[in-house]
Amino acid sequence: MSALIEVKGLDKAFGGVHAVEGVSFSVEAGQVYSVIGPNGAGKTTLFNLITGLYTPTKGEIRLKGESTAKLEPNELAERGMCRTFQQMQICMNMSAIENVMLGRHLQLRSNLFTTLFRLPSLLRDEKSCRERAAELMEFVGCGEYLDTEASAMSYGALKRLEIARALAADPKVILLDEPAAGLNAVETAALEKLIRKIADQGTTVMLVEHDMKLVMGISDRLLVLNYGRVLAEGTPEEIRNNPDVIAAYLGG
Amino acid sequence: MLNRFMQMRLRDLIILAVILFALPLFLNNPFHYDLATQMAIIAATVVGLNLLVGFAGQISLGHAGFFGLGAYFTGIMTSNYGWSSVPALVVGAILVGIVAWIVGRPILRLKGHYLSMATLAVGFIIAIILNNERALTGGPDGMPVPAFTVFGWELSPFGSYNLLGMELNGSEAWYLFAAVVLLVAVWLAQNLIDSPIGRALRSVHGSEVAARVVGVDTARYKSLVFVVSAIYASAMGSLYAHFQGFITPAVAGFDFSILFITMVVLGGMGSTMGVILGAVVLKLLPQVLADFQELETVMFGAILMLTMIFMPKGLLPTIQTAVGKRMKKKAGGQA
Repeated sequence: MSALIEVKGLDKAFGGVHAVEGVSFSVEAGQVYSVIGPNGAGKTTLFNLITGLYTPTKGEIRLKGESTAKLEPNELAERGMCRTFQQMQICMNMSAIENVMLGRHLQLRSNLFTTLFRLPSLLRDEKSCRERAAELMEFVGCGEYLDTEASAMSYGALKRLEIARALAADPKVILLDEPAAGLNAVETAALEKLIRKIADQGTTVMLVEHDMKLVMGISDRLLVLNYGRVLAEGTPEEIRNNPDVIAAYLGG
Repeated sequence: MLNRFMQMRLRDLIILAVILFALPLFLNNPFHYDLATQMAIIAATVVGLNLLVGFAGQISLGHAGFFGLGAYFTGIMTSNYGWSSVPALVVGAILVGIVAWIVGRPILRLKGHYLSMATLAVGFIIAIILNNERALTGGPDGMPVPAFTVFGWELSPFGSYNLLGMELNGSEAWYLFAAVVLLVAVWLAQNLIDSPIGRALRSVHGSEVAARVVGVDTARYKSLVFVVSAIYASAMGSLYAHFQGFITPAVAGFDFSILFITMVVLGGMGSTMGVILGAVVLKLLPQVLADFQELETVMFGAILMLTMIFMPKGLLPTIQTAVGKRMKKKAGGQA
């Protein structure tokens, strides 16, 4: 069986700096796979490479066996990949639910004609889209904000909203970039439950996160990066006992 | 269940219709009607431009180019080739749409100032062509355009008409026609905004990265909205040509382009009702300032500058926010 995501010898250089260098790993469908490492280790760069926002300098990424080298981010989304950002990317010119409905863009068949004249087929689609979006907002725990302007929402609520938008695309794999950053302990606990629920539905989750308690409790496998290179890869148990990792994290 | 958007659009459409059809009570000579008709046609153009600028966040400083192309296509086909007005308007709009698509694909890759410069150049090129193709366009002297005709029925500012028992002169009839056109233009624009396509457009403005990772082909949507706004401009240019009865290359010129974009910015980017208000204000200002003839341009500039500084969101959104706050305060005080 081939892996859902397969990364081989991946390299990304910005000028002379290798943000990611010779990274290889694979993610099986249904896993929660986390990427950890100190600041500047190349975690977000890795996510940007996987989701097609950056083009690799060397190496290749395969999604379900298909090379993603020539695919735009929107084409990767069509193939079931969706993500959130460390620097949240919310459309502040829209309401909360419209942001989530935007996530269902690929599920909607609309053309200019049905749109301009607001034909019944469009209205039906929009109604079911709105219902699904409302469900998802409930699911991530911001159901009370439906028609609130995104610009009027709190940081924590927006983080959950971004996850709802990613889920709205019915992705096979969802990449979460530091979802717990800036959240308090209660919110982090709720986030952990949410990630579990997402994984239990069969969606593969890739996670970049600094909160060790969260990562260790939830991940099936972990990838540890340091200065753009793979330091270790394995189950949480293996990582916890890996001398290199301990050295990198605790110094010494 | 009506969502927030549907309530707003219904309310906006009704308010606009009431204003448009009540306005004749305050208009008492053909000059007023002509001004109001011009306002309605220009407002409809600006509603289309707002889709591009206000909602999708892309700029066009050459939109009068498309307006002028529509006007001249109508002028040439109706006066030289004997076409009827509606086919000329429709075919012209389709051709302009195609031109916009061809031009838009490469230049919409640009952002910010670079896109401004590119669209500015598009407008200039169109104006230069209209100026130089004397044989077709009459060059800088302009060309006459026959009255608007549908199935042999003629709508001329100098005619007289009977609508459901009401006696109308040509100016009044044109105003009613333009008012209906504006309502339809607003209705279509609202339909576009509150739809999957509209969300994709607004997401290009809100966060292009977010749009791409949820599967929006942003390049395609930018081209689409550029084409739609060009078609709006072309169709309104056609009507404008018929209404004026005479056009010069100035309709495609820099001044017109800047006027359009200023209407959008002044009225309120992303607010359909706002940009209509912007069109009305900027068409009225020169009339109001006519008494200060030599100071007209200065006052015009000063008003614009002050608006930009104190109401960066535009007239209508600022007024709406202020009224909303006051209402909340009142409600709070009573509770």
